[in-house]
Amino acid sequence: MADILIDIARLTKKFGNFTAVDGVSFSVERGEVLGFLGPNGAGKSTTMRMLAGFVRPTIGRASICGYDVIDQGVQARRCLGYLPEGAPCYPDMSVEDFLAFIGRMRGLDGGELRDHIRQSLRLADLLEVSRLPIETLSKGTKRRVGLAQALLHDPDVLVLDEPTDGLDPNQKHQIRQLIRSMAPRKAIIISTHILEEVDAVCTRAIIIAGGRIVADDTPMGLTFKHPSGKLDDAFRLLTRPEEAA
Amino acid sequence: MNAAWIIARRELAAYFATPVAVVFIVIFLALQGALTFNVGNFFDRNQADLVPFFNFLPWVLLLLVPALTMRQWAEERRQGSIELLLTLPITPFQAVLGKFLAAWMFCTLAILLTFPFVLTVNYLGHPDNGAILAGYVGAILLAGSFLSIGAALSASTKNQVIAFILAVAVCFAALATGTATVSDYISRIAPDVANVVRLLSVADRFGDFTRGVIALRDVLYFASFIVFFLVLATELVDAKRAD
Repeated sequence: MADILIDIARLTKKFGNFTAVDGVSFSVERGEVLGFLGPNGAGKSTTMRMLAGFVRPTIGRASICGYDVIDQGVQARRCLGYLPEGAPCYPDMSVEDFLAFIGRMRGLDGGELRDHIRQSLRLADLLEVSRLPIETLSKGTKRRVGLAQALLHDPDVLVLDEPTDGLDPNQKHQIRQLIRSMAPRKAIIISTHILEEVDAVCTRAIIIAGGRIVADDTPMGLTFKHPSGKLDDAFRLLTRPEEAA
Repeated sequence: MNAAWIIARRELAAYFATPVAVVFIVIFLALQGALTFNVGNFFDRNQADLVPFFNFLPWVLLLLVPALTMRQWAEERRQGSIELLLTLPITPFQAVLGKFLAAWMFCTLAILLTFPFVLTVNYLGHPDNGAILAGYVGAILLAGSFLSIGAALSASTKNQVIAFILAVAVCFAALATGTATVSDYISRIAPDVANVVRLLSVADRFGDFTRGVIALRDVLYFASFIVFFLVLATELVDAKRAD
């Protein structure tokens, strides 16, 4: 039986008259890495925020590991590692103190907490800066602090909003390798603007435009949507059909 | 360990990581000192008590407490960390409570640092230390109720200046309705309302404490006052989380 860890059904979010997300449904199984693609303002972050329980859906429901994100929010969020857009954190804290705070909030303590912090510092390549205040770090390093925070409790579900934004090519490569290595044990959603990333790490990709899903396929399958066989042509065709035609 | 307590510890550390803690404590002690000793005629009264100290305390707290609470939620929104905080496996009430507890512990520390007043008055005469102790209990509860007002208003807006001004206004209303001038005025224009307003005012309740009376009903009054505004803050955080 398929191990469905993320389930989204008819998720809709309206801000006044504007519909940011319009009836989005999909599910993600353990072992899948779902690339969430779309132009700016397409509704990627809003969908992820609803999944993380931060934004309340107008219609529809979402669940993580079988727990409804609204009615059983605390249990659902226990199974979730979430990197919000822009990787917010507490800039006055050191990396280590920040991770210790997040770990305690997730119920880790003592030796277990120390082990988890060391492990996620190693995975996000932050060992050398662990004692520095976060506000002194570069944009890419801050992003990796956000990633370390999401990985800290080794959750079954990872929702990462633009995890490689602001990283240099080496760091991007490293993070992609990290995501690939974790993939078999987890269900992962990453949003990105970088189409090559989809090829590099994703087992499946969803393209969203104007709040609706316009494609849900393997990265290979998506390339067939345009005669040129290129992913960026397919992306343009699906998200701006009038322009690509 | 409870999530609220973990948040409280982080917040408390954040006060001391910035000059906020030092500036707050120094200004608080300087204002209390100047008002008690100079304006309050502490020495000329020739009475060994802390009446002038406790008379000025609510007004100093009125000014400083909203400065402490104005950034509580506004800052989380500005730096986006509210999204991180509220997607951790906790309830919004635990987050509100944690931040409140940190501010309350900090205010309690500032209030306890006024201990030299107690030493002075004991050196000069034989005060009723029981009444002074009761006054301190009342002061800590009064600070708690102002902090809960500040928490709710910080949760209501992204703008720290607005949060500050609204909190000062509401704390002022809660305090001024207990003063003779204002309550006389209200009984003249609306006698029916006057009793209710007087019943709700924090000034009278605090007055009981400074006279050395720790009554259960006053403690319950402050407790329900604080709980009311913390629940209001939770509702506001929840409703305006993604704004």
